Amino acid sequence: MTELRLWLARSYGMLLSIAVFIVMFAIYFGNFSTDSPSAVILSAANTGVLLALVAMAQTVPVLTAGLDLSVGMIFIMTNCVASAIVVGTPLQVAAGVVGVILAGCAAGFVNGAIVVWGRLQPIIATLATSAIYIGIALWIRPIPGGDVDGDLADFMTGQVFDVVPVGLIMLVAVVLFIWLPFRKSVLGRGCYAAGSAEGAAYMSGVNIARSKFAAYVLSGLFAGFAGLMQTFNTYTGEASGPSGSLYTLNSIAAVVIGGTSLFGGSGGVVGSIFGAFILRTIVNLLFVFDMPPLWQPLFQGVVLLLAVSLGAARVLRIRNRLELFS
Amino acid sequence: MTDATTPLWQMAGVSKRYGGVTALDNVDFACRGARIHAVLGENGAGKSTLIKIMAGVVRPDAGEMRLAGQPVEFGSPSEATRAGIVCIFQELSLLPDLTVADNISITDPPGRFGFINARRQRQRAEELLERLGCEDVHPMELVKNLPLSRRQMIEIAKALGRDPKILILDEATSALTAADVQKVYAVLRKLRDDGLSILYISHRMQEIAELADDCSVFRNGRHIQTFAKGTKSDDEIVELMIGREYKHVYPPKPVRNQPIEPMVRIENLSWNDRLHDINLTIDRGEIVGLGGLDGQGQRELLLALFGVLRGVTGRVSINRDPVRIGSPRQAKSAAIGMALIPEDRKTEGLMLPMSVRDNASMAAISGLTRGIIVDRKAEAARIDGMVQKLAIKVGDLANPVATLSGGNQQKVVIAKWLMTEARIVLLNDPTRGIDVGTKQEIYQLLRNLADAGTTILFYTTDYDELVGCCDRVAILYDGRVLRELAGAEITEHNIVASALNLSLDARNGRPEATV
Repeated sequence: MTELRLWLARSYGMLLSIAVFIVMFAIYFGNFSTDSPSAVILSAANTGVLLALVAMAQTVPVLTAGLDLSVGMIFIMTNCVASAIVVGTPLQVAAGVVGVILAGCAAGFVNGAIVVWGRLQPIIATLATSAIYIGIALWIRPIPGGDVDGDLADFMTGQVFDVVPVGLIMLVAVVLFIWLPFRKSVLGRGCYAAGSAEGAAYMSGVNIARSKFAAYVLSGLFAGFAGLMQTFNTYTGEASGPSGSLYTLNSIAAVVIGGTSLFGGSGGVVGSIFGAFILRTIVNLLFVFDMPPLWQPLFQGVVLLLAVSLGAARVLRIRNRLELFS
Repeated sequence: MTDATTPLWQMAGVSKRYGGVTALDNVDFACRGARIHAVLGENGAGKSTLIKIMAGVVRPDAGEMRLAGQPVEFGSPSEATRAGIVCIFQELSLLPDLTVADNISITDPPGRFGFINARRQRQRAEELLERLGCEDVHPMELVKNLPLSRRQMIEIAKALGRDPKILILDEATSALTAADVQKVYAVLRKLRDDGLSILYISHRMQEIAELADDCSVFRNGRHIQTFAKGTKSDDEIVELMIGREYKHVYPPKPVRNQPIEPMVRIENLSWNDRLHDINLTIDRGEIVGLGGLDGQGQRELLLALFGVLRGVTGRVSINRDPVRIGSPRQAKSAAIGMALIPEDRKTEGLMLPMSVRDNASMAAISGLTRGIIVDRKAEAARIDGMVQKLAIKVGDLANPVATLSGGNQQKVVIAKWLMTEARIVLLNDPTRGIDVGTKQEIYQLLRNLADAGTTILFYTTDYDELVGCCDRVAILYDGRVLRELAGAEITEHNIVASALNLSLDARNGRPEATV
C-alpha cells in the first residue's frame, strides 16, 4: 500500500534506530542473570531517560539546520537550580519544579535570541552560552550539594505497579503533549521548512525567525526536564563541566543515530530518544559481557560512524560535484 | 474585482539599482485582469527585477505601485502573497524534506490556534493536484523524491492554493513535459476567464503565441512597449528587444583562413536532462562564444568539459586524441591543459580572505615547487609577470583579495588560471558586474591569447560581447546546440532570434540555418 510505503520511507531512520535498540536490549536482557528483571529495566530507564531528554533538546535546533552545544550545560545548570529550589512544602516544591523548567526555557530563550536576532552561527553562539550556563551552575553549587524533595524524587525514579518506570512515562508524556503538538503546529512546520531550504521557506512566506527561536526555547525546555530528572536521580546538584560536555557530545551522537539529518529538515525526537537508548545500552552490554568499560567510547564511535555513513549515502547520487560543497 | 478596462496592476516611475547597475529605470507598467500578459526581453533586460519587486522580494528605490487602484508597498514575499500577488519562481521554492501536502499549504496551512489540520491540508492538496491533472502524485510523498517536472506542477498547485489575484509565472513551464504544458495552459486560461491577471515570462515564442493576450517588451531595464498579441510579427518583436545603450570597443577580429586544426572536438555530449547531444568543434586560436538565454545548459557544458559533472556521456577529443576528463585536477594537467574561469568569483574563483599571491598561484602551485616546498622566488617572479601583463591594480601582493575592486578580483581569477599555461580556456560569464574599462582589457587579453594559439570557449550573457569578441557563436537552447553562427552572421538580431528558437530572418539575406 502506497500510504504505508511512503510512511516507511519517511520514518526509515527512526524505525532503524528502534529496531537496533530492541535487538541490543534483548541481547543485554537475555544475558543478564538476575532475580528482579524489573529492577534492571528501572535502572536502564533512569539513565536512558536523562540522555533521551538531552538528545530531544539537541534535535529541535538540528532540525532547523543549527546545533546547540549548550544543551549539556543547560542540563547541568537546571540540575543545580533544582537542587536549590525543589524543596519545602508541596506548594514550594511545585513552584520549584515550574521554576526549574522556566530556567531551562530562559537559557533556550537566550540561545534563540542570539542566533535569530544576533545572527551568530549557532555553534559559536551556543559554545559561548554553554560556558555561561556552567558558570551559573558553579555559582549556585561551588561544591556538590543541595537537596530535593525526597518523596517526589523517589516517585519520579520509581515504578508504577512495580513494572513501568515513571521516568519512561514522563518521557512519553513529554513526547505526546509537547513534541507532537509542536510538530503539528505552524511553528514546528517552520522549523522543518527552515532546515530543509531556508531560502525557499522565506520565499514561501514562512516565519523563519519565529520558528527558529521557538526551536531553541523548546530545546531549553527539554534540557530543563533532563536537569530535573537528574536531581531526582542523585538528590543533589553538581556543577560538573566534564559531565555536561559529555552529555552534549552524546546528544549529537544520539540525534544522528536516530536518523535526524545534521543538514536539517528531516527527522524527529522519537528517533533521537532511541538513539540515546542505543548509546546507553552499549554501556550495559559492555558490562554484561565483562568487557572493560574503557571500551565504551570505541564502540560508541563505531556506531556513530555507521549511522553517519548511512546518512551520507546521498553523496553517491550527486552528479554535479560542485554540489558536494554546498 | 475590477473590470477588464481598468488595470488591475499599475506601477509608475519604478526604479531599482544594484550598486552601480540600474536594473529597472523609471518603469511604467500595467496589466489588466482577465488577461494573460507575456513579458519579453533578453538577459538583463529587467524582467526578473520587475517580478521580484511585484512579489515583494526586493523593494524598489523609487516609484509607486497600485493594486486595483490602491497604493501598495510590500516588505516581504508574504505581504505580497496576502495582497494576492503570487509568483512561481524559476528557481523552485519547494522544501525538499516536506511532503507534497505540506508544501502546497506551507504559506497558509489550514487549522486553528497555530495547529495544522493534517486531514484538511491533505484534502486541499488532493483537490489542487486534481485540478492540475496531477492525480499520479501522492500528497504524502516527499518532494525530494519527485522528478523535476512533477515538482514544477507542485509549485503551480501551491500557487493556486493561495488564491491569487495576480499570478506570475517565471519560466514556470521550462521543465514540464508536453502533456503537462497543455494541462497547465488549460488551467491558466480558465483562471484568466475567472478574472485573474496572469503575468507570463517565457523565452519560448511558441508558448507566447499560443497563450498570451498582451505582450510587453523590456530592454536595458526600461519598459519599451506593450501591445496586443498578433499586432506585431516575430521579427518586429526581436527588433524591439535588441538595441544597446553603448557599444564596447573590441579588438579587431583576425581574418580566419580555413580551419587550421581542431583543438577541441565535442561529440554527442549529454548529461542528465540538461545537455543533449552537444556537437561542437573549436579550432586552435579561435574564440567560440556560447550564446542563448540564461540557463540553457551553457554553464553545464563548461562544467562537463572541465570534469566537474559525473555521468557525462559522449566523446571529447583534444588535438584529435580522445580524452576522459574525470576531475578539474585532470583537466588542468599538462596533458590536457584546460582552465575554467568560473562565473561566481567569490565562491568558485577566489579564496577571498587569502592573499593575492596565494590566490594567484593556487592553480599553478604544483609547477612552482622544489620537492614539496613552494619555491617562493619562482612564485613571486611569475606572479609579478602576470600582474603586469593583466595590469592588476594591487598595492601589496600580501593583501587579501577581498580588498580589491570587482574588476581586479576578476583579473586575479584570470591570472590564476593563465599561470597554469593552459592551452584551452573556458570562461563562464567573466565580465559580469565589472567596470567597462576592465571589460575592455579582458577582451583584448582574450584576443591576444587566441592569437598566441590558445583555444577559447566563452560563455557570456551579454550578446554584445558575443558579437564583438567571438569568431563563432554556438546558440544553446534546452541543452542543445540550436545553431552555429560564424563571421557576418553574428549579429545581435540573429543571436536574439536564435535564442528564442525562431528561424533566422531570410529577408535580410541571412542564411536559414538548419537545426
